[in-house]
Amino acid sequence: MGSFIETFNTLSWDQIKESIYSKTEKDVLCALSSSKLSLEDFKSLVSPAAEPFLEQMAAKSSELTQKRYGKTIQLYAPMYLSNECNNICTYCGFSLTNKVRRKTLSDDEIIREIKSLKKSGVNHILLVTGEANHTVNINYFLRAIELIKPYFANISIEFQPLSIEEYRQVHDAGVHSVLVYQETYHKDVYKSYHTKGKKSNFDYRLETPDRIGDAEIHKTGLGVLLGLEDWRVDSYFCAAHLDYLEKKFWKTKYSISFPRMRPAEGIIEPNVIVTDRNLVQLLTAYRLFNEDVELSISTRESEHFRNNIIPLGVTSMSAGSKTNPGGYAVEPESLEQFEVSDERMVQEIVELIKGKGYEAVYKDWDRKFSQTYA
Amino acid sequence: MNPLRIADKQFNSRLFLGTGKFGSASAMKNAIINSDSELVTVALRRIDLEADTDSILAHLPKSVNLLPNTSGARNAKEAIFAAQLAREALETDWLKLEIHPDPKYLLPDPLETLKATEELAKLGFTVLPYIHADPVLCKLLEDAGTAAVMPLGSPIGTNKGLRTIDFLEIIIEQSRVPVIVDAGIGAPSDAAKAMEIGADAVLVNTAIAIAGNPAEMASAFKMAVMAGRLAYESKLGKIQSSAIASSPLTSFLNG
Repeated sequence: MGSFIETFNTLSWDQIKESIYSKTEKDVLCALSSSKLSLEDFKSLVSPAAEPFLEQMAAKSSELTQKRYGKTIQLYAPMYLSNECNNICTYCGFSLTNKVRRKTLSDDEIIREIKSLKKSGVNHILLVTGEANHTVNINYFLRAIELIKPYFANISIEFQPLSIEEYRQVHDAGVHSVLVYQETYHKDVYKSYHTKGKKSNFDYRLETPDRIGDAEIHKTGLGVLLGLEDWRVDSYFCAAHLDYLEKKFWKTKYSISFPRMRPAEGIIEPNVIVTDRNLVQLLTAYRLFNEDVELSISTRESEHFRNNIIPLGVTSMSAGSKTNPGGYAVEPESLEQFEVSDERMVQEIVELIKGKGYEAVYKDWDRKFSQTYA
Repeated sequence: MNPLRIADKQFNSRLFLGTGKFGSASAMKNAIINSDSELVTVALRRIDLEADTDSILAHLPKSVNLLPNTSGARNAKEAIFAAQLAREALETDWLKLEIHPDPKYLLPDPLETLKATEELAKLGFTVLPYIHADPVLCKLLEDAGTAAVMPLGSPIGTNKGLRTIDFLEIIIEQSRVPVIVDAGIGAPSDAAKAMEIGADAVLVNTAIAIAGNPAEMASAFKMAVMAGRLAYESKLGKIQSSAIASSPLTSFLNG
């Protein structure tokens, strides 16, 4: 059936950019009054012409999100298993040439981390690694998942792109969701940021959500790294990717994350500054475009931003995050992938959510569902 | 108002509630209390069976019956597994069977639902399947041993009301098991309408959970369900498309 590459090859970055920047107030009003929005409407909503309509977008986003998700926010926490990495990604703290101490958690260390994390009440966990196929490969993943599974209701992974067969294996082992961000959909720009390693293969990464869908993983997470390229155009590509995937893999659920570049060790400055206003515009545009897609905000964002974003359309938030392998118990002082901005503990975030009239949901899956695959 | 009987249980209230989407556990509890509902559905995926106290279960009034649901199951196999888990953990045979392979609109899969109902009925479950408003499917489910049918009024969470009313009327006319209209009921008037056309009960969640005042909205639904049922039992006058005046066609019979 082909992959997203076929659709991607019909899209021209420059034409889409021109189209977005030529949207008018009339186009925005038309999008705001529609009940089923098209990709053209999405362009209008992420365009500069929509900037004066932020309050209307937020109101509609809030209403649509409540209708679908109620007054709830799902909680999760990441757990970094390894920072070994053979890729050079010029913006990342784990990049190959960065002089940081490399660490991959052993079985014992994984258990110590889990027990520490579990005390916070978190029941949905996101496992993260760099890309180091000699040591942190499918065998390592399956072992880690086996160790972690008894402790958490829901496991998501953010590993390097895997093959269909490997995705089937992690699915059967109990993984619910796979996150893989394209970083940027601008192929040439992508190559300039990813200069070495397997990640430099743009097409293989672009086809990853197809492989995830083929493997019947429950949920796929998409996103662009905000700060690499024009966020309006990049997000249009991501929305088009979502649209393609939803039609092809109709049993899969989708989420969008909004990683915004933050200071990390030895790292470049963002090429494009994405402001808080921009991010609110983007997040609400996604909601208006797609009433069902999960929208996730991590601890990369500031307390101020996270305090106020809750009723605007977000459906899941991380809390109490450590972005270094061993960060919860084993080596709390080691180097993080990126600097966490909101350092508040899980309980504080739960109270924050409650204060906004929402309920923090710790558990919205049961690992026993996946026992049927075994 | 006649009580409702489903399988071995009798209900005085014909309003069933969902427990998701509430802004807090206390908002959920107050809504349930105000609704007088005697049956609430709880997603198995939301319950933490390993915690000392689960935030949802701990807040349910003691008098209310639990209807675990299999939300999240994509096929019969997953649903049956979840059902067995629910029976063991929550000590009830009652089950709201939800099989929706489509996570976007959460539309039920008729084939897998029929398959799972057959299997679960054999395993001794009291099965209440969530389905499209499909009259033929309802008859097939009856034959498979379902305890009730739960056809949708409109897509779940949309508050659009009884968009499937023509099919609901056929289902109600034909059914030998209770018909509970589930999903899409957005306002008390929708609930009243469902009861007026002869539904045995309605299940409401979103419309109450995300209301400005969920507890008061629950009271409103309680009254609407009672009004609608009473109207049905009192033989609601039919709407006539034309006035019935003289009898030009049969007057010759009067000699």
